[in-house]
Amino acid sequence: MSQIGSFLLLLALALSAYSFLFGAIALFRRDTLFILIGETARRAGIASFVAVLLAGGILVNAAFSNDFSIAYIFQHSNRDLPGPYKFATLWSGQEGSLLFWALLLSGYGFVLRIRHKTDERLFAHASVVIAAVQVFFFLLLNFAARPFSLTQGQVPLDGAGLNPLLQYPEMVIHPPMLYLGYVGFTVPFAFALGALIMKYPGDKWIHITRRWTMITWGFLSCGIALGAHWAYYVLGWGGYWGWDPVEIASLLPWLTGTAFLHSVMMQEKRGMLKTWNMWLIFITFGLCIFGTFLTRSGVVSSVHAFAQSSIGGWFVAFLTIIAATCIFFYLFNHSYLRTEHRLESLVSRESSFLFNNVLFLLICLVALSGTLFPILSEWIQGHKVTVGPPYFNSVTVPFALLLLLLTAVGPLLAWRKTSLESLKRNFLWSTVGSLCIGIILIATPASWGPPFGLRPRDDLGYFYSLLAAMLAALVILTVFAEFLRGGRVIARHTGNNLLTSILQLGHRNTRRYGGYVVHIGVALIFIGVLGTPMNRSAEKEMGYGDTVQIGPYTLTSRSYTQEETPNYTGDKAIIDVTKNGQFVTTLYPESRMFTATQQPQHVPSVHSLLRGDLYVVFEGKNPETGRPIIKAHLNPLVPWLWLGVLVMLLGTVLALFPNAAPIRSVATSRVRVPVHASAGAGD
Amino acid sequence: MPTLASSRANRVRILAVLCIGVFLLGASDDSSRLDRLGHRMMCVCSCGQILMECNHVGCTYSDTMRHELASAIDGGKSDDAILAEFIEKYGTTVLAAPTHSGFDRVAWLMPYLLFIVGVGGFVAVVQLWRKRQATAPRVAATGLSSDELSRLREQARKETEL
Repeated sequence: MSQIGSFLLLLALALSAYSFLFGAIALFRRDTLFILIGETARRAGIASFVAVLLAGGILVNAAFSNDFSIAYIFQHSNRDLPGPYKFATLWSGQEGSLLFWALLLSGYGFVLRIRHKTDERLFAHASVVIAAVQVFFFLLLNFAARPFSLTQGQVPLDGAGLNPLLQYPEMVIHPPMLYLGYVGFTVPFAFALGALIMKYPGDKWIHITRRWTMITWGFLSCGIALGAHWAYYVLGWGGYWGWDPVEIASLLPWLTGTAFLHSVMMQEKRGMLKTWNMWLIFITFGLCIFGTFLTRSGVVSSVHAFAQSSIGGWFVAFLTIIAATCIFFYLFNHSYLRTEHRLESLVSRESSFLFNNVLFLLICLVALSGTLFPILSEWIQGHKVTVGPPYFNSVTVPFALLLLLLTAVGPLLAWRKTSLESLKRNFLWSTVGSLCIGIILIATPASWGPPFGLRPRDDLGYFYSLLAAMLAALVILTVFAEFLRGGRVIARHTGNNLLTSILQLGHRNTRRYGGYVVHIGVALIFIGVLGTPMNRSAEKEMGYGDTVQIGPYTLTSRSYTQEETPNYTGDKAIIDVTKNGQFVTTLYPESRMFTATQQPQHVPSVHSLLRGDLYVVFEGKNPETGRPIIKAHLNPLVPWLWLGVLVMLLGTVLALFPNAAPIRSVATSRVRVPVHASAGAGD
Repeated sequence: MPTLASSRANRVRILAVLCIGVFLLGASDDSSRLDRLGHRMMCVCSCGQILMECNHVGCTYSDTMRHELASAIDGGKSDDAILAEFIEKYGTTVLAAPTHSGFDRVAWLMPYLLFIVGVGGFVAVVQLWRKRQATAPRVAATGLSSDELSRLREQARKETEL
């Protein structure tokens, strides 16, 4: 089967090369012959998807049939690996994940190519750009990272097994989500570059790519959140975000993509920021490729990275070609990107979007410079330094809080100009509410537990937490006030009740109100994060009946059991949790040793409430005493983070729904309209 | 009789005093030095985790390092002396963040330089746009063609999101 797989990848390369070359030739002429050539190029692009889909299917089938003659399957699977993880083998190693990248890219290309009737010229340009990206990935798969390479020597009876950290249900969906996001940004990039090449008139490409971008952004958000969730529930260190280079690599395109989703509205509504938007999407795509390079080249050390390989040079060359192509076409065609309107007031939606973009880009640059600083330091000082969480937290948090402030203020500013009166009307009560929340958090006794009893003078982290809580409250209150205000107006016109009117309001402009729901999600995420400075942990060797106290909880070790499966052997602790003498729950943290890889893994047990998580880890046994070591973390407010992500995704889905028809109120009395007034003033 | 402006100023002052008063409420004990210093260092077992958070089963470094840190604190050494001792033993990568001296300072200055450049760019763009707006010729409000009217209606619809 490996030969068929290799052949299919070679075929996919040939088809995408044809799609690129002949598609590009067809763009220059519009006579019948060239239209036919263009059509064959489009069909070749579609066929390349079929070829790579079959190749992916063969690799998955090899994992399920334990075909260890394929080196990749030998390295990343074994006979006793459960079925879902055998499927996940496709993306658990360098070569397979590149195949998966190419498969998703071809899938996006497939959808784009079958929808070409929407705008044949623009779609033909976008198809050529996508084909060019496909060619790069198929070159990699055929010459640098071959997934169907054969095992040297005798075929082993069993495989080396999948990394235990990847043997978790979320790992079956986290990488596909992340990749759908990463790869998906190729589509808006292709449309943007296509529009620039053909000097596409108007902003139709923006309208066409809006849904693609939002879906892609949703996938990337979901992928990042699932990664954080996986880190929290699998890595067992009690945190969800460690500012690891690979985590940052996924955050960078998310930041610029989010900036794009905001600034694109300025182009749609006011014909502004055309050049900026074009470059923002170029940069976002470039960062997706850069992130892939960072994860796979070994230039930065990360626990999440794939093994160091020689494919870094390929990515550097590809990034250079992308940059050169974008600069070339921009220099030749930039005159068509002229802005139609100018900024009229500093206090306007336009300026808030502009500042929001500055902040998103700034956080992106800060994260990028921090990630690359160790390399720079090694060049200049001759020794590496670590740029870890303390650095990133202290330099990004102030900017993130500023962004949260804009999240509250920006959406309520009017286009063109906002009067002070309107500002006061929109923000007075929300600001008072937010201040009240701040005062409550400070004035309450610390014995109430986090987030109450905040002492911002003691610790900068507490100060940031207080600000985050107040700003998150401001965001939520302003959004609720906006829903209420709009709902009341509709209720007055239609006579419906307020709730129905609010739903009608949301349906009438799904993008705007879906966006507001996303903002609520973001505020909830900040609430989830603001508890971090108040995290507590306790560690103890615990024999039968031993107890450890953490916050209000008392943990008592009831007993220990062992579990043996073909895939791993596990030691499980049974811990009773009480609070003020009252039984709360029983937790079962586990320590596993995987048979094939001989690698250990902690499986934490978590008691989750909105106030926070009690997170218990079986750290293993003390080699000297043989006694189990239990570590408990008290992580305030973390569940709000996951709730925020769900709300954010809900908002994204809402924003994707088509708008309902505008509501028109029916006049109840006849009005005399002078003939001369009605003429020529039709709606 | 107090004017409207002075009464508004008084209200702002009272609010500010209230906020500052509440902000200064209480102060807790010093946080643990062990925890603080342990969070300024990395475990050197290549796990990429903060020293106090490394939880690898059988990690041969983190426990030893924590014990060394606790001993150094018990020995009455200053924070700087402890960090210098760890750098000497484990190398510069043991620190979780760049120092505030030498070339490392660039890492700390970079975000704020970028911020200044970003805000400067924002202000420059806004000023440029406003200047152009002020010098742009005004279009007469009368005598518009129906196409022009439709375009303006469409623009108004977009801008008011109705």
